[in-house]
Amino acid sequence: MKTFWFLFLLALAPALWAIEPLDFADRSEEVRFQKLLRELRCLQCQNQSLADSEANVAGGLRQEIHRQMQSGKSDDEIKAFLVARYGEFVLYNPPVKQSTWLLWFGPGAILLLGGLALVVHLKKRGQPATAAAASTDDW
Amino acid sequence: MLRALIPLAVFALIGLVLWSGIGKDPSILPSTLIGSPAPEFSAPDLRDPSRTHSKASLGGAPYLLNVFASWCPTCRVEHPILERYVRERGLRLVGLNWKDDAEAGLAWLKQFGDPYSDILYDPSGRIGIDFGVTAAPESFVIGADGTVLYKHIGALTVEDMETRVMPLLQGATP
Amino acid sequence: MLPELGQIALILALLLAVIQAVVPLVGAQLNREPLMRLARPAAYGQFAFLVFAYAILTEGFITQDFSIAYVAQNSNLALPMHYRFSAVWGAHEGSLLLWVLILSAWTVALAALSKALPLNFVARALGTLGVISIGFLSFTAFTSNPFERHVPALSDGNDLNPLLQDFGLIVHPPMLYMGYVGFAVAFAFAIAALLDGRVDKQWVRWSRPWTNVAWGFLTVGIGLGSWWAYYELGWGGWWFWDPVENASFMPWLVGAALIHSQAVTEKRGTFGAWTLLLAISAFSLSLLGTFLVRSGVLTSVHAFASDPARGSFILAFLVIVTGGALVLYAIRAPKLVGGPPVGLYSRESLLLANNILLTVACAMVLIGTLYPLVADALGWGKVSVGPPYFGLMFFVLMAPLVWLIPLGALTRWQGDSLASVWIWLRSAAALAAVVAALAWITQRELPLKAVLGIAAGAWIVFGTFVFLRRRWKTAAPGQRLTAEMLGMSLAHIGVGMFVIGVVVTESLNVERDVRMAPGDTVEVAGYQVRFVKAHHEEGPNFIADEGVFEISKSGVVLSEQHPQKRQYLRGQVMTEAAIDAGFFADFYIAMGEPLDGGKAWAVRLYYKPMIRWVWLGALLMMFGAFVAATERRLRQTVREEARLPANSAAVAS
Repeated sequence: MKTFWFLFLLALAPALWAIEPLDFADRSEEVRFQKLLRELRCLQCQNQSLADSEANVAGGLRQEIHRQMQSGKSDDEIKAFLVARYGEFVLYNPPVKQSTWLLWFGPGAILLLGGLALVVHLKKRGQPATAAAASTDDW
Repeated sequence: MLRALIPLAVFALIGLVLWSGIGKDPSILPSTLIGSPAPEFSAPDLRDPSRTHSKASLGGAPYLLNVFASWCPTCRVEHPILERYVRERGLRLVGLNWKDDAEAGLAWLKQFGDPYSDILYDPSGRIGIDFGVTAAPESFVIGADGTVLYKHIGALTVEDMETRVMPLLQGATP
Repeated sequence: MLPELGQIALILALLLAVIQAVVPLVGAQLNREPLMRLARPAAYGQFAFLVFAYAILTEGFITQDFSIAYVAQNSNLALPMHYRFSAVWGAHEGSLLLWVLILSAWTVALAALSKALPLNFVARALGTLGVISIGFLSFTAFTSNPFERHVPALSDGNDLNPLLQDFGLIVHPPMLYMGYVGFAVAFAFAIAALLDGRVDKQWVRWSRPWTNVAWGFLTVGIGLGSWWAYYELGWGGWWFWDPVENASFMPWLVGAALIHSQAVTEKRGTFGAWTLLLAISAFSLSLLGTFLVRSGVLTSVHAFASDPARGSFILAFLVIVTGGALVLYAIRAPKLVGGPPVGLYSRESLLLANNILLTVACAMVLIGTLYPLVADALGWGKVSVGPPYFGLMFFVLMAPLVWLIPLGALTRWQGDSLASVWIWLRSAAALAAVVAALAWITQRELPLKAVLGIAAGAWIVFGTFVFLRRRWKTAAPGQRLTAEMLGMSLAHIGVGMFVIGVVVTESLNVERDVRMAPGDTVEVAGYQVRFVKAHHEEGPNFIADEGVFEISKSGVVLSEQHPQKRQYLRGQVMTEAAIDAGFFADFYIAMGEPLDGGKAWAVRLYYKPMIRWVWLGALLMMFGAFVAATERRLRQTVREEARLPANSAAVAS
């Protein structure tokens, strides 16, 4: 119970340390930084992005990412750096590979199946006999 | 008739997935470093900043790298266990004082005991990042050749020490 | 003494639930009226005992009886009186008690308001609700007893988490539960219909108001949670696709599909199988949500309790209830006869598309939420699925649906031509295009996606007005603006507002973390924010550093804001962000740490345009659902309505 509360409070305590004024070359770099942070998971907290988390490890990672950005690294390079150390779990968007096909293509496949089934079903049922069979605009 | 069983089949699948998750801790992450060489590092010693440690300088014999900090309450739970193993079993214990203030770290050691043979001082957490540290306490078993053999998240218990840490340090294959 | 009475009351309620479940169901099967008649009294009795038990627990909080372990864990001597009431549902055990109480309340409502329904139907519905009550009451009484004593009694408790000492978070769980649990009624109706062997317009008609009200509550419950997260958590987010949030969103999506499916079955007699399945699914997803929150199988900031034993119990219950329902469905559903044929373009096919899109969206959320479990079980390692995935997929699935909304109301049943419907909607399309163009001209930073989103939202709103106008002109007096039509229109307009709010706020919001010393001014989105000064403040159980900020535009001071960084007596530090809320935009200021030894502060500034439209849209959806539920026609029996054809999609088994 105590561990639960510790984690709960840790995770939900509002972003206090997460407010870190950092220097950016320009606005677009700041936006890029914020966007990148939202794609990365804070690994200590239970399901928060690096942008939102105030955990210790998140603060350090934000500074590191900022440093790498300033030294010219691309988003992909930064992500690769983090994945090498923390595993793919640090990415909020899992890479598309065999083990994630179901995730990325599953909903689309279900939609296609559903849509096809719908069209087939409607065609099979046949069209209504005449326009007169259609009712008036009635709710 | 068969079509009407589809919802039940889908539900059975979902039920299986849910059942498989019960009891597992979703927050435990495997380390990417297991089996790979430990990252290079260079850090001053917490107690004597004029001394610098590196992966090479610490190599030659296996050791347990223990991530701790003065602000970490759970570290106090495992600390006596670490002290005991250093005292009674000759455990080679290297500390990583992670994202901590040097004064606070030293005071903590004075209060709770200092079993570490060497302590890396990492105030920025950069070394921690290279090791994939997500929280304190965490511990790494590093082999004589610098390979990461095992990562433990959370406080070490006697059982962890006996079943995982000590055998690996004594040369068992991971 | 009293807590023990509370425990006894729980057990008695459980016993009555058993009676309420077994006797009427047997009675309906054997057609024994006295047995069926026992359903209502059993329900009333169960409710009485649960009210008693809940009152005792509340009394324990009010009188600060720290001999009750739950009270000690969730309150302390400094807790203000009004928060003592809400602390009752602040953690696992108490919130479960609230759950069963609300379930009992819905049951009683059904028992009292069902006089027009045939007895065997009522008996089966109440019996089903009884089965569900048995599950939750056993769970509460045997694994999560809120009345357990702490021996010896403590002199003071922990605290109620300061996060929970807040209006939004007080109201959010009860509203959610009203929604979640309310879907049990639609579920019970579906089971009763399956047991009866009939899926006809009548029972669907009766179930519509109940489903609408439940969905309305769920909508406002989710909206409240989102609004609370926004103003309380300090980082301006309002939806995180967290597993527990998803757990509430899935029943909402299916519930929306269910509302539309019920409308079709009630009016046309078709979609019977869909309506049954959706009713079963909506409540099953509610149960799944309960499982996810309390079992600890997923990483979530929100998780209530992480207990494998409790998780197993809920899972077993879920398997019994949903599995049982789906087995019943598999046996009985094939006997249903489909309705008359419908054209490829007809209101029915549009609503089928609506159902499919909503259901696939729900499936997507389910897949994404459970994927970490799947991957782990199959040895694929730890997969992380987060907001980018959900945001992208949801957008892709909902975009087509949003464009279809105005078409549905204006398309005829059974068959129509898109061309003739288009003639009606041309004006709406033109207006929507104008709005989108205006938006793009005045806000050049809007990406294409946002402009299309604004067009879609405007299209829905104007399309709804086209429908209302046409209805006003062509319908008979007294039939022009029925509650149902008004409710539908309100809800759809709400959807339009929501869409516009989301796309604008997501694309145009500005976030800056800056270092400010008193006297500094920062420019954000055309506004000037000046940090006037910082000083100390004291509250009842905290001390705070408060900043004073002035927001101006073009030299005119628009407002003064006072964000605080509070330190509570118990040591927790919290940010109270200052929000300048506006209909068209919010300005949000949060204080961070002092810098440079207190000479400056880390400050977060947010500019959030149209964020209120997100919650206003949700509110409108809720109102729409409630208004539609008052439709008088839904209280009439089918016989009373001469106009509708006598056939139904029923086959006597």
